[in-house]
Amino acid sequence: MTILVIAENTNSALAPATLNTVAAAQKIGGDIHVLVAGQGVGAVAEAAAKIAGVAKVLVADNAAFAHQLPENVAPLVVELGNGYSHILAAATSNGKNILPRVAAQLDVDQISEIVSVESPDTFKRPIYAGNAIATVQSSAAVKVITVRATGFDAVAAEGGSAAIENVSAGGDAGKSAFVGEELAKSDRPELTAAKIVVSGGRGMQNGDNFKHLYTLADKLGAAVGASRAAVDAGFVPNDMQVGQTGKIVAPQLYIAVGISGAIQHLAGMKDSKVIVAINKDEEAPIFQVADYGLVADLFEAVPELEKLV
Amino acid sequence: MKVLVAVKRVVDYNVKVRVKPDNSGVDLANVKMSMNPFCEIAVEEAVRLKEKGVASEIVVVSIGPTQAQEQLRTALALGADRAVLVESAEELNSLAVAKLLKAVVDKEQPQLVILGKQAIDSDNNQTGQMLAALTGYAQGTFASKVEINGDKANVTREIDGGLQTVALNLPAIVTTDLRLNEPRYASLPNIMKAKKKPLETLTPDALGVSTASTVKTIKVEAPAARGAGIKVKSVAELVEKLKTEAKVI
Repeated sequence: MTILVIAENTNSALAPATLNTVAAAQKIGGDIHVLVAGQGVGAVAEAAAKIAGVAKVLVADNAAFAHQLPENVAPLVVELGNGYSHILAAATSNGKNILPRVAAQLDVDQISEIVSVESPDTFKRPIYAGNAIATVQSSAAVKVITVRATGFDAVAAEGGSAAIENVSAGGDAGKSAFVGEELAKSDRPELTAAKIVVSGGRGMQNGDNFKHLYTLADKLGAAVGASRAAVDAGFVPNDMQVGQTGKIVAPQLYIAVGISGAIQHLAGMKDSKVIVAINKDEEAPIFQVADYGLVADLFEAVPELEKLV
Repeated sequence: MKVLVAVKRVVDYNVKVRVKPDNSGVDLANVKMSMNPFCEIAVEEAVRLKEKGVASEIVVVSIGPTQAQEQLRTALALGADRAVLVESAEELNSLAVAKLLKAVVDKEQPQLVILGKQAIDSDNNQTGQMLAALTGYAQGTFASKVEINGDKANVTREIDGGLQTVALNLPAIVTTDLRLNEPRYASLPNIMKAKKKPLETLTPDALGVSTASTVKTIKVEAPAARGAGIKVKSVAELVEKLKTEAKVI
């Protein structure tokens, strides 16, 4: 068995979710190859070669792959991936965008967002916003799978010494083009990888009040998240949303401030190790999952918390 | 241009689902069913394109049980022109649904196909991408803005770090994110009118599509229960507990 892992990268850096994906591949067992597709990805390929447990790194360096357009990347993965027993990618927006296209081209079903490996052909994944866990078995010749990063502990980023091999396959399919992007800038840790996450909801009342959470987060070295209500109300940008339709996080500590705890929000954070809820409504559903609940006005509690930590 | 919209009948998003005691699945008997929220957004986007004069006809399609006619009627009441139901009593995997949709695309020849980014029951987030692969069309997934410019669609997508805009050659596949639009409600006169709009029923056999799957569900369990913890009385007590008991700060 040989497993192909698609490296999540920004051309210049390897994304940490790749390390969790390699961890899932190790649970399946077999040789692990990593595909780095992008433009000017020399540094990413070197980083990938150092990941513990990786046997070989395939590098596809081409302008057509610079923005991970699925019309260009999927045929490359199909061409290289035929013959592998498994093709894995992190369940990031890129992984979710590209991999189903690969699966359909290989004429196999895809398994989305696995959280555990039971055997090389059997996996567990959450359904119904995490309210049920399905065990699924695949009989496909090539098993195409996306991996929920928070379900697997990252492997060491150092210690490996894989061979790097250039591949010349693929190119521009001529169906789509990158126009531009608007990335949110932040000095705080990345939301999905942070050890502590402080999230605000509708209770924050406006975007300006999120500054209380930023101050607290900076003191804790935490990332800041939000509920859909806060995003829809325009308090914060959408890439901060935690939940079924946003990002899935599982930090050591999740502090939910002014968040009621709808099913869709819980889907994104209920695997956190310790959950703290600060809400003035003591009936809020968030208290049913919180390890520590504080019924209080957040505008008094958050500044006090910030002073004490 | 013609727009095809795919909709799915799913358990209503407010329902707290229960796993069946025999672990064969989730108990859907007597549970409220609705149109998948992302599909509602897809229908709304198509209707807005028609109101702008960009789309000339909206065909709505569902792959599912006979009762999915209800969701198709809802889409017709919201402004779709006609409906197609590909009837299948069994639960199909995304690839089978994508193959059936491909057959409908071949028949209808739309310029744009709009789907939701994921169904809130299976949470797969696959069908649109698979349909794009099977048809060979470009895909604009997780769309929060769609603009049609001649023979191209400019789609702004929600990505992990923010937003990305891509230009797709038409025909193309678009999947909707929550922020694409706010779906309207159907008015009573429109619900009455929708009853008279055409609804065609097909079967996978008639479309010549095999729905065989390479993945099967062995069991479905409830997730590990997470009990409620304790309520603390003050911020000071909270900090003290986090430091000494939970040891997370």
